[in-house]
Amino acid sequence: MTTTEQTQDVQAAPAGLGPVGWLRWAWRLLTSMRTALILLFLFALASVPGSIYPQRSISPDKVAQYFKDSPQAAAWLDRLWLFDVFTSPWFAATYLLLFISLAGCVLPRAAAHWRELRRRPPAAPRNLSRLPQHAYFRTGEAATVESLAAVLRARRFRTVTGPGWVAAEKGYLRETGNLLFHAALLALLIAVGAGGLYGYRGNVLLVEGNGFANTVSAYDRYIPGQRVSPDSLEPFSFTLKDFQATYVAAGERRGQPLDFSASLRVADHPGAPERPYELRVNEPLEVNGTQTYLLGHGYAPTFKVLDGKGQVAFEGPVPCLTADQVTYTSECVIKVPDALPEQLGFLVRFLPTTVPAADGSWISIFPGMANPTAQVFAFSGDLGMNTGRPQSVYQLDTAKLKPLVMGLKTKPLAVGDTLPLPGGAGSIQLTGVREWISLQIAYDPGRGPALVAAALAVLGLVLSLTVRRRRVWVRVTEDGDGAARTVDVGGLPRTEGGDTAFAEEFGQIVTALTGVAPPSGAEDGPEPPGGSEDRAAPPRGSKDDEAAPRHQAEAGRSVTSSQEAEAGPAASPQGVKDAH
Amino acid sequence: MPTDVNGGLATFSDQLILATVLLYVFAMIGYALDLGFGRSSRKTGTTGAAVPSLAASGTAARAKVAAGGAVQTLDRPAGASGGEDTGAGPEGSEAGRRTPAWAAHAATVAVALSWLGWAANLGAIATRGLAVGRWPWGNMYEFVVAICFAAVTAFLVMQARLPVRFLGAFVSLAAALGLGFAVRYLHVQAGPVVPALNSYWIAIHVTAAICASGLFILAGVAGVLYLARGEGPSRLPGRAELDRVAHRAIVIAFPIWTFAVIAGALWADKAWGRYWGWDPKEVWSFIAWIAYAAYLHARATAGWRGRAAVIIQLVAFGCLLFNLIGVNIFLSGLHSYAQVP
Repeated sequence: MTTTEQTQDVQAAPAGLGPVGWLRWAWRLLTSMRTALILLFLFALASVPGSIYPQRSISPDKVAQYFKDSPQAAAWLDRLWLFDVFTSPWFAATYLLLFISLAGCVLPRAAAHWRELRRRPPAAPRNLSRLPQHAYFRTGEAATVESLAAVLRARRFRTVTGPGWVAAEKGYLRETGNLLFHAALLALLIAVGAGGLYGYRGNVLLVEGNGFANTVSAYDRYIPGQRVSPDSLEPFSFTLKDFQATYVAAGERRGQPLDFSASLRVADHPGAPERPYELRVNEPLEVNGTQTYLLGHGYAPTFKVLDGKGQVAFEGPVPCLTADQVTYTSECVIKVPDALPEQLGFLVRFLPTTVPAADGSWISIFPGMANPTAQVFAFSGDLGMNTGRPQSVYQLDTAKLKPLVMGLKTKPLAVGDTLPLPGGAGSIQLTGVREWISLQIAYDPGRGPALVAAALAVLGLVLSLTVRRRRVWVRVTEDGDGAARTVDVGGLPRTEGGDTAFAEEFGQIVTALTGVAPPSGAEDGPEPPGGSEDRAAPPRGSKDDEAAPRHQAEAGRSVTSSQEAEAGPAASPQGVKDAH
Repeated sequence: MPTDVNGGLATFSDQLILATVLLYVFAMIGYALDLGFGRSSRKTGTTGAAVPSLAASGTAARAKVAAGGAVQTLDRPAGASGGEDTGAGPEGSEAGRRTPAWAAHAATVAVALSWLGWAANLGAIATRGLAVGRWPWGNMYEFVVAICFAAVTAFLVMQARLPVRFLGAFVSLAAALGLGFAVRYLHVQAGPVVPALNSYWIAIHVTAAICASGLFILAGVAGVLYLARGEGPSRLPGRAELDRVAHRAIVIAFPIWTFAVIAGALWADKAWGRYWGWDPKEVWSFIAWIAYAAYLHARATAGWRGRAAVIIQLVAFGCLLFNLIGVNIFLSGLHSYAQVP
């Protein structure tokens, strides 16, 4: 981004500078290309640990597991923010420095480009034959400076004319695109940041038949941005009517999921009429910019528990955690603190498609629900729910409980079956099976601007990498008698790598220029561009487009083709008409 | 969503892949023979002064060619070489060196074999897609096959317009190895994809990633040759030319890769509830993007041009390969459904 000269300037820290001088030195160091390159590397390098260590923002459960497995290492990693890489201070430092460096480079260059856009192409150099592309031809008197310039203008060159010469330049969009790309990256960063501040996301688990209203308390996990108030949540609600999962039924890929579909009844705001919506994996529900996504699913068998006194102590669905993604063997916990005379606890293994295994146990062989059963392990005793310590609904601490029913080899309960508990402790009945879905609800006001910024970045990138900057000069010399003229054409590609394409274009330009007036002599056809003559190689001090604006700003510092051009005739372009 | 798999067509696709590998191997041999024994104008460095020994061994006319610009001497269609060898070439350079008669045809045959292999590769992809009734890049096997196809396509298109036939041996080798690796280690039976992949975005996001990867492979090959080639005379083109070829491929590939990453973000926004979540695949696509951006900047910075820039390019290429294949194998993330056996 920054120019070559700048990087060279910052090689050595100047001695004996005042604070302003040091500040200027530091700023030039930061905005130099070399620093930008190093920051780019650091940025890439800083991202790597984020893909190696589990991240809190993505998989908090894995982070917890890490702490459990190796607490000492985890504590150290945590101190270095390695579980929160992308929100860590050192990561922020890297990208903030990079973007400051970028801004410090883009702004001056934008100003330079603005000046350049309003400036006219530099006048023709004295000797066009020294340019990388040169051709000349003899022609009639119709070939005036104006008519030749018109040819170039028709090819969308920006032209300026002087006495006997035309200067033309094209490809300003290259730098425009370059600046647009970098500015769009800055805009993207701001959009992402704003989205994080003003957006929120949350997760919720919903069982078939149940509803969800978008309030903070309804979430199982809620992660707001710093500037989000609980009242600002979009007040929609929906009910999960039905969930359908389809799987491959046979063959090598038996059990592979094919489609997930959740039938919702959605009310966009309180009191609004309900509308049906089919929620699918790639088809989120949108309500006024708030998106609801289908993330996962599982089984929630429904149970009815009678206690020792014959009272219904528990009745309803129990969402199970999926223990095995291939067979959807699921594990669930039922806690019945209201059971009398003793509290009851159950561990349940839910098998969606049950078959007896060879060793006498029971297993599931398919994720879909073809023959659902539940294996129940029952306990009685104090569940410890009154101690004040928070408990997970998915875990049952069986250490202090008395086992009532155990053993993997007892026949599991089918839907409708009841298992009487020994000792008159009551009974448990599998009354049915529902399914649950897990949802992510997200509001990110930055996503629209981020998309626009990204699109502009691609546009700018394409422009800056495909457009070539080039200059063409034409000089008309009268051959004495006034009727015949010699037209010299010189071309200078100002973008590296476009030489071949420019040679081709230059040939077409020369052909077009010869068409302005019929040649006076048949033998003076246009010279093939990129000519066969043994011309000396032109000085190519700076073909590098990146450095060009600076060269012009510091005219006379080095000799380049473009510089030479500017040092040419200093005639005022306006004087053309009078000169003729 | 179709779940039936046309088994016959799927088997045909697998057979076509084997045919593709064979054709690429034969093409590689052809290119290698051409490189080793064929018309030697190819060995001219583009910097005219670079090859003193060449000027000594050839005639004066040859030296002039070296100075005049390798582009013109190299930019000859494959079919033309046979005819020109019957007499003295326009450069008058063939007289001084012995070119075996068969070697003159090696390049023509190699290009023809490449196109045949390309057609077989395309056929394999198409029949696989038809067999399963979906876009044929839903798992790692199909993805790697498509990337090899993209690399060969990029090479064939480029060699038709630019003098880069010297890359043929190496691109064919890379494609043959890639396909062999895919067949041996990644192959899964044709079948439907999981619901997350069942989206029109697969046609946009993955296709862009494949195209960009094909071009990056081309650039990577040129970069490796740059480092492998010394400064002295060689049958390979000069370092400047290799650098230019790599740069040209990356200049095309980089915007496509940028688009692929953005399309991926758009898809993630549809599928996962956020457009960017630092999933390992996202992290590594970002790292590769940054690394290629660094290459483009390095190439425009004093002190980083040439060798340093090439090394950055190859580091970026390594990140890209790790992102395409390594992430799915070594790191767990949302992209891990891409079915690695």
